[in-house]
Amino acid sequence: MSKKLLALTGNDAAAYAMKQINPDVVAAYPITPQTSLMEKFAQFVADGESDTEVVLVESEHSAMSACVGASCAGARVMTATSSQGLALMWEVVYIASSYRLPIVMPLVNRALSGPINIHCDHSDAMGIRDSGWIQLWAENAQEVYDNLLQAIRIAENPDVLLPVVVNYDGFIISHAIENMYIYDNDEVKKFVGEYKPKYTLLDPKKPTTFGGFDLPDYYFEHRRQMAGAMSGSKKVIADVAKEFSKICGREYKFTEGYKLEDAEIVIVALGSTVGTARAVVDDLREKGIKAGILKIRVFRPFPEEEIANALKDKKAVAVLDRADALNAVGGPLFDEVRSGLYKKSNTPVVNYIYGLGGRDMGLAEINKVYSDLADIAKTGKAANLVTYLGVRD
Amino acid sequence: MAKTEKAKLPSWKEVVIGGIIPDAGSAAKYNSGTWRTFKPVWSQEKCIQCNTCWIHCPDSSIMIKDGKVCGIDYEHCKGCGICAAMCPPKVGAVKMVKEEK
Repeated sequence: MSKKLLALTGNDAAAYAMKQINPDVVAAYPITPQTSLMEKFAQFVADGESDTEVVLVESEHSAMSACVGASCAGARVMTATSSQGLALMWEVVYIASSYRLPIVMPLVNRALSGPINIHCDHSDAMGIRDSGWIQLWAENAQEVYDNLLQAIRIAENPDVLLPVVVNYDGFIISHAIENMYIYDNDEVKKFVGEYKPKYTLLDPKKPTTFGGFDLPDYYFEHRRQMAGAMSGSKKVIADVAKEFSKICGREYKFTEGYKLEDAEIVIVALGSTVGTARAVVDDLREKGIKAGILKIRVFRPFPEEEIANALKDKKAVAVLDRADALNAVGGPLFDEVRSGLYKKSNTPVVNYIYGLGGRDMGLAEINKVYSDLADIAKTGKAANLVTYLGVRD
Repeated sequence: MAKTEKAKLPSWKEVVIGGIIPDAGSAAKYNSGTWRTFKPVWSQEKCIQCNTCWIHCPDSSIMIKDGKVCGIDYEHCKGCGICAAMCPPKVGAVKMVKEEK
């Protein structure tokens, strides 16, 4: 285990991971805040540090289409995008997962239009939550890098063969510089290994068709099979994390608790907000308030059991959503966490929609959530099921 | 598809992943002749063996043996009626009749 400490942005970290993975093909189109990731990666290719075939396409729809074609041909394939780019990819995102192509994509989370906005929220990722892509979430640049390296192994495992999206917050993670470790090239190479596709388009001795018409007598079985692969991926995600811990020195889990064990009031969140919440928790603990955090690292497959076990004995839980489902009930993470607790616990669960379009989520906002939770824990009653946090009333 | 055939179809654990078709030429094995409303009926007596129907059939459903039309492949014919329309009017060796099921 040898590693090098570097000061990198989240996008640099992703570019480093891509350089070390050295995929056969990367087809991508620039979009804020993903752009500097692709710039950095293109620089690595131009400098001969990666021999990836970079396909510069005319749109994200073409980017994902080129990725699908290359992956069908048996190549190891990556792309990267944000927000509108993902929205434009959307139909091909579903094609990639349904063809069972292990494409890996960093998604630099940014609000969806409209009104047009380039800053962070999670509405892009939540738009593909039911697409059959595995979703990993990073709290910082280190996790962007670590998740990407693991994503390759997860996606390409013959028991999974589903694409993986690695999410990280636009600007907050993608453009902020942090100290982080880069692992030895040879070690990473050995870890990611070679992709050996079971079926490829480019074997003339074994002609294969991808994308055949699936009528009512087969389509349902193929969708059911995808669901099976998604639940089966849980074991693979855990195995890969265990193996990766020998390189990174830390074993990644589906969820991660911070001062959670004895916590009475808990925040559940994705991404960089967890980092801010850690500071608030430290502060509250000094005041004797038993606050804790449950970070979700794997959102697809949804770790329902792990979440329910972690939360079932708590006094009050707040789920933070950086995307609104606009369903008049609550955010997407809230809906699933609450349904996971159904019948397993009577813990009151409330929802905060926050940070849309890059609205700051600072210490004051998180303190407000914990202070609400303390009231709920005391009275057993929540004034509001869903609160729009930090919006001007 | 008939009910008897449905019972033999593979389960979700058995189907090839991603709807991939690993064998070449497998469309021949798939009975797609169930879509027809009208079916072409060919008359050997009237046929002058000009092969015009064979040239125009979009689904290679005109069966040929030793260079001569010998019948229609009803497992793949969709009943488009092009063969009947292309058969020279004076010959009229192909007639479209309502499919009885």
